[in-house]
Amino acid sequence: MSMTTRPPASPEKIPTRWERFLDSDILASFLRSKVTMVAAFVVLLLFIGAAFSPWIAPTNPFDPASVFLADANIPPAWQQGGEARFIFGTDDQGRDLYSAILYGLRVSLVVGGLGVILAASIGITLGLLAGYLGGRVDSLIMRIADVQLTFPAILIALLIDGVVRGIFKSASREDTAIYVLVISIGLSFWVQYARTVRGSTLVERNKDYVQAARLVGLPAPLIMLRHVLPNVIGPVLVILTINLALAVITEATLSFLGVGLPPTQPSLGTLISIGNRYLFSGDWWIVAFPGVTLAILVLAVNLLGDWLRDALNPRLR
Amino acid sequence: MSFKTNCLAAVAALALMCGAAQAQTLRYANQGELKSLDPYTVNETTTNAHLGHPYEGLTARGKDLKIEPALAEKWEVSDDGLKWRFFLRKGVKFHNGEDFTADDVIFSAERVRAPGSNFTTRIPTDAKFTKVDDYTIDVTLSSPNPILNAQWDTWYIMSKKWAEANNAVAPTPAAATTPSHASLNANGTGPFKIESHQPGVKTVFKVNENWWNKKVEHNLKEIVFTPIASDATRVAALLSGEVDVIEPVPIQDIQRVNSAGNVQVMTGPELRTIFLGMDQTRDELLESNVKGKNPFKDPKVRQAFYQAIDIETIKSRVMRGLSTPSPLMIAPELFPHAGFTRAKFDTEASKKLLAEAGYPNGFEVGMDCPNDRYVNDGQICQAVVGMLARAGIKVNLNAQPKGQYFAKVLKSGGYKTSFYLLGWTPGTFDSHNVLNDILGCRDVAGSSRGESNLGGYCNKKVDALTDKILVEPDTAKRDAMIKEAFKITVDEFSYIPLHQQALAWGVSKKVKLTQRADNSVLLYYATKE
Repeated sequence: MSMTTRPPASPEKIPTRWERFLDSDILASFLRSKVTMVAAFVVLLLFIGAAFSPWIAPTNPFDPASVFLADANIPPAWQQGGEARFIFGTDDQGRDLYSAILYGLRVSLVVGGLGVILAASIGITLGLLAGYLGGRVDSLIMRIADVQLTFPAILIALLIDGVVRGIFKSASREDTAIYVLVISIGLSFWVQYARTVRGSTLVERNKDYVQAARLVGLPAPLIMLRHVLPNVIGPVLVILTINLALAVITEATLSFLGVGLPPTQPSLGTLISIGNRYLFSGDWWIVAFPGVTLAILVLAVNLLGDWLRDALNPRLR
Repeated sequence: MSFKTNCLAAVAALALMCGAAQAQTLRYANQGELKSLDPYTVNETTTNAHLGHPYEGLTARGKDLKIEPALAEKWEVSDDGLKWRFFLRKGVKFHNGEDFTADDVIFSAERVRAPGSNFTTRIPTDAKFTKVDDYTIDVTLSSPNPILNAQWDTWYIMSKKWAEANNAVAPTPAAATTPSHASLNANGTGPFKIESHQPGVKTVFKVNENWWNKKVEHNLKEIVFTPIASDATRVAALLSGEVDVIEPVPIQDIQRVNSAGNVQVMTGPELRTIFLGMDQTRDELLESNVKGKNPFKDPKVRQAFYQAIDIETIKSRVMRGLSTPSPLMIAPELFPHAGFTRAKFDTEASKKLLAEAGYPNGFEVGMDCPNDRYVNDGQICQAVVGMLARAGIKVNLNAQPKGQYFAKVLKSGGYKTSFYLLGWTPGTFDSHNVLNDILGCRDVAGSSRGESNLGGYCNKKVDALTDKILVEPDTAKRDAMIKEAFKITVDEFSYIPLHQQALAWGVSKKVKLTQRADNSVLLYYATKE
């Protein structure tokens, strides 16, 4: 990592982290790319909208008492028949779409974020173990990974979803949906992390600093966490970003298929699924606005991920 | 792309070649799936209609819903009304080639009343079936029952030998987790055989060349049934010609489908009543935060739920005007609604009633709902959740496909529900069926009454009237008693009737089809160009 190996700027003063950040290549490369800055701005905007949705949104779409069926299927404000209090119109239950999108965005990001973190934790742990220990452990973990790679992620997510639902039959879907989705996404995305981390670990473990740590007598877990992990984390950050977009899409797909979040707590995918029913009857706004929001979010996060990949790749600098 | 175009070209060429042939393949899509082929698993119109292709009853119902002879050529009733004699049709063969005889009828009569069957009300528990000869059956009753065979059009006759040979003597319960032979295969006498059946994916019916009935109305050689749960996908499949018939057309799309040119929507009033039911038997609800007592035992709570529901808004918004709000548990075509009105929609009154019943802050309750059975059923339930929320009731909605839904709430699943949405068309097209199956006390030993009374509402006075209604020959007196019985159940808020929905079938203009008012899609009436 260039950030950690760079010599101090002046012999007298050791720069603070912030100063080092301002001086880094990453910031410079960020400031050079206009597309990345726009993407970052969009992502920031969406994150703020999601995080503060209860304060920003005019109504609470998750509270059935505040949703009136009489307001159902109202077009966006600028169309004929639209009303000013519903900027983007309403869905089939009379929910304000603007509020529903903000709340749905929050659900999507929470599920996607937690799912990716779970996937990364599993993947990094298994990857480190496989790469560092080698031998049978390596073969076992990597064979499991290979088998899982032959299935599409969405299929595994569907399978896990079905199994978990079978186990917790009695629990209400509204309470369990988020956890089920997080687990489904986590367990279907870990392979990429494991393979990446294993590959880097195989290279790192033969380097002198690791040998030195081993000779000093440090226990294996400590070497893995303190010495190997920081040096293999770079590519993981890139996957993490790109996978966030994938996880959000997977969540939306599962919800669209009806196995994700229930219609009473809509995520973006659920909203698109609701709107899909009205595509033929001309109520385009129910599917269009959540769909556009999802597309913008995924595009912006992907652009950030691409930039991060280039910025962290020493060969491209 | 080029591969795709090649395929399309090949399909087009094939279609041209096939155009010359007379017998046609008809493709039909329904919003719900066909789970089990066992004709005694789920008593539900759509499933009964599907199974009416491979199977037949002793009687049938025609296009006008009148009873007609089928496997029984004719029948006689003794003067005291206690003995019925059925003369069976000769020369009828099951699909596997076996002869149809009296043994099969006696076997089916036992099987349909066995534990796990959802059709136990088809035959009175005490009715005795005796074989006179191979083609004559006597049914002995302990009390007269003038409508004994009124629902026998959907009591399908199964082969005794086939069931015994395939370990399918016991009916498959709806809650069963492993399929039986009878739920994956069918061996009936009907106009179509099952060619292949993949539950939830596709079922292919092939014409039965050896059908006894020589008056074949259809010109089909094959019916391909696929469930398409998504409204938009189902409509798209119809518009693109991928399927020839869909049921239902989502009401929001009727206009769009009619303006497409190559298809049309067949609409009409349906005899089905959609209603909400409440568990009134358990001492503590299965899914509620109220412990130690059952709030639904208090009629005030039931009234509060009733008055919290704004049926007119459901009609205008969810049903787009295509529903008839109903004060009774039966359609006005089957029993006049004169003298009955719905309790007024009034959220404040609901809150007051809940406070009087001891729930000033409301309570929480779970709700079961199918999302692929009735017209916009999922949306109706969601709307109900919102309306009850304003009266202070928090409803945890569990909307799921009908397969899982029925397995949970029906008798074979142990009536595991606290609050649910269901639709009912009386199989006899008469009030007695509603009073007996839906409003009658259930779980009485030696009686199949109240089999579909999932909430277990019970009033002995209603039961007594129902028994009298069954045998009363004078129409005016009978109607007066029916009215009296309905009045009791309405005054006690036994159920919350919602509306009668409208029929909406999407049919390609190449297909001619008869629409029966009970919403049975019977493709042996279909012809295709």
